[in-house]
Amino acid sequence: MMRKKRARTSFSFCCQDRLQVNLDGQTMSLSGKLTMQEAAELTRHFLNHLRFIEQKTLVFDLSGLVHIDSAGVMALFYIRKKLYEKGIQSELTDAPESIADKIRLFYPEEEAGASPPRRPAFFEYVGGQVYHFFSSYVFGFILLAANIFYWGVTDIFKPRARRKGEFVNQAVLIGVNAVVIVVFLTFVIGYVIALHSAGQLRTFGANIFVVDLVVFSILSQMGPLITAILVAGRSGSAIAAEIATMKVTAELDALKTMGLNPNRFVVVPKLYACMLTMPFLIVFANVAGIFGGGLAANVYLDITPEVFVNRMMDIMRNKELWVALVKSQVYAALIVLTGSFYGFRVERGAEGVGKVTTVAVVVSITLVIVADSLLGVIFY
Amino acid sequence: MEKEKVLEVQNLYAAYDEMVVLTDVSFSANKGEVTVILGGSGSGKTTVLNHLLGLLPIAKGTVSLLGKNVATLREVEQVDLYLQMGVFYQNGGLLNSLTVAENVALPLNQHTNLPQDLIDEIVFMKLGLVNLQHAFYLYPSQLSGGMMKRAALARAIVMDPPILFCDEPGAGLDPVSLEILDKLILNLKNKLGMSIIMVTHEVSSILRVANRIVFLDKGVVVFEGPLHEALHSTQPAVNEFFSVMKNENIRELLKG
Repeated sequence: MMRKKRARTSFSFCCQDRLQVNLDGQTMSLSGKLTMQEAAELTRHFLNHLRFIEQKTLVFDLSGLVHIDSAGVMALFYIRKKLYEKGIQSELTDAPESIADKIRLFYPEEEAGASPPRRPAFFEYVGGQVYHFFSSYVFGFILLAANIFYWGVTDIFKPRARRKGEFVNQAVLIGVNAVVIVVFLTFVIGYVIALHSAGQLRTFGANIFVVDLVVFSILSQMGPLITAILVAGRSGSAIAAEIATMKVTAELDALKTMGLNPNRFVVVPKLYACMLTMPFLIVFANVAGIFGGGLAANVYLDITPEVFVNRMMDIMRNKELWVALVKSQVYAALIVLTGSFYGFRVERGAEGVGKVTTVAVVVSITLVIVADSLLGVIFY
Repeated sequence: MEKEKVLEVQNLYAAYDEMVVLTDVSFSANKGEVTVILGGSGSGKTTVLNHLLGLLPIAKGTVSLLGKNVATLREVEQVDLYLQMGVFYQNGGLLNSLTVAENVALPLNQHTNLPQDLIDEIVFMKLGLVNLQHAFYLYPSQLSGGMMKRAALARAIVMDPPILFCDEPGAGLDPVSLEILDKLILNLKNKLGMSIIMVTHEVSSILRVANRIVFLDKGVVVFEGPLHEALHSTQPAVNEFFSVMKNENIRELLKG
């Protein structure tokens, strides 16, 4: 019995003809080279043999080693760690001076118990990410919104706190400069809506209802939504990029250390500008869209402008206009808040600016569409 | 006694279009020594280094590294040679999409078949050498400039290369971090017998680590020799460079 056991717990193997490993009794002798190439094979062989080892203590005899590198030292450390986990004590002995030097240089200090930090497990990782999402995105967004609205409201009554000219400047950038593109796009969309419905309506002899279709779809849906998407694309990205650049170049820190609140100084004028110009943009968009629809109705369904306008006056309700106004304020706030939220979140470097700008546009367009659906349901 | 040479550059010439950068550069570096390439801005240091690393084609002259002529290597041989050298870039050159640990582990993962556990241990140990173990899971964008340099050094030495190239390792470091870095470089030299070729301007660093100085001026090597000879050189450019130190009585300290 004893013989058998002894036979199982001694072994020897050779790694790449360069390293010879012998386990006999309590001595494990290594001779040859122990470098990166041999280390891989040594650890693999050793882990395969680990379960056969029944000794309580092991002595590594390193007297035969001629060369070792950091991977070799770490392989020894790793093997001893595995032995320790199995309850086997081990020690390194008889290393030639040059080998011992390298072991001293690379071998981790035992008392520190240093080991690479553990990778988080799957659920830990998922939980961490969900927590991160809520704590830094949802909560962070709400905090920023609260802060900006607070200053937005109080600064209405404190004209001196506002930066002179900044509001007008931003209104031009966000609103006035967007007029042409908004008008052009909604005109085209109104035209196309009428064009596509013309064929269908003609079949039923319901030509006049093209007016209902165009007016309702433009006023309650297309006008506000297209405007908001365009503003998000134009100004949402600009806001994110501007704030992100200011943060990267430490301008925001400079503002803070001068006792100025960056939210109040940078974001509030943009919020005013966007909230004030958005309703006007939507009005322009509505007019252009209906004009486009009217043109198409005239061309394809022979509806004269008088008939179109008369029918429009009959069916238009104030409600659509009020809803558009409400929507414009919600969209404006969402676009400015999202842009500035991501701008403030930028991490070091120019690359970060590009990243947050992209994310800001995608998120603000998404939020605008989600808000549009919610408001559509509420004001149905 | 003639020392073994790890690097020999002979009559290297380089030009960017019309602008001649190196006219005739020859020098060598010995095994197990720190060779510092010095020179003012525009003297061609970076161009020399890029030639040594095989990043620029050699127009005229020869560069032989570890006994191999860099210009005539096939691609496979070039890769073999790269495995025997570590390069430590001025700005780190860390991949931003990977964590520090993944950056350092990259050569091990790609070129060896060590088990992942052991790779983690090696990476952790190497990060320990540069005092950066806490940054294991951080991304390069979360590191300070000095930390990024140390992470880059950990990556450069992860394969225990016999030869290490450093491009301005000390730039932007505070004196204390610089001293730690120098100690590490000395350790690499003394204990691992690593040959180190370094481009640097840090005078204190040069005094601590350099064995041999190669001084470039306007595309020509104007001085090549041991540090103590460089300190007493009468060559104007070299003299001017080291005169800063003379003013600071550092030589007194050196004698001590």
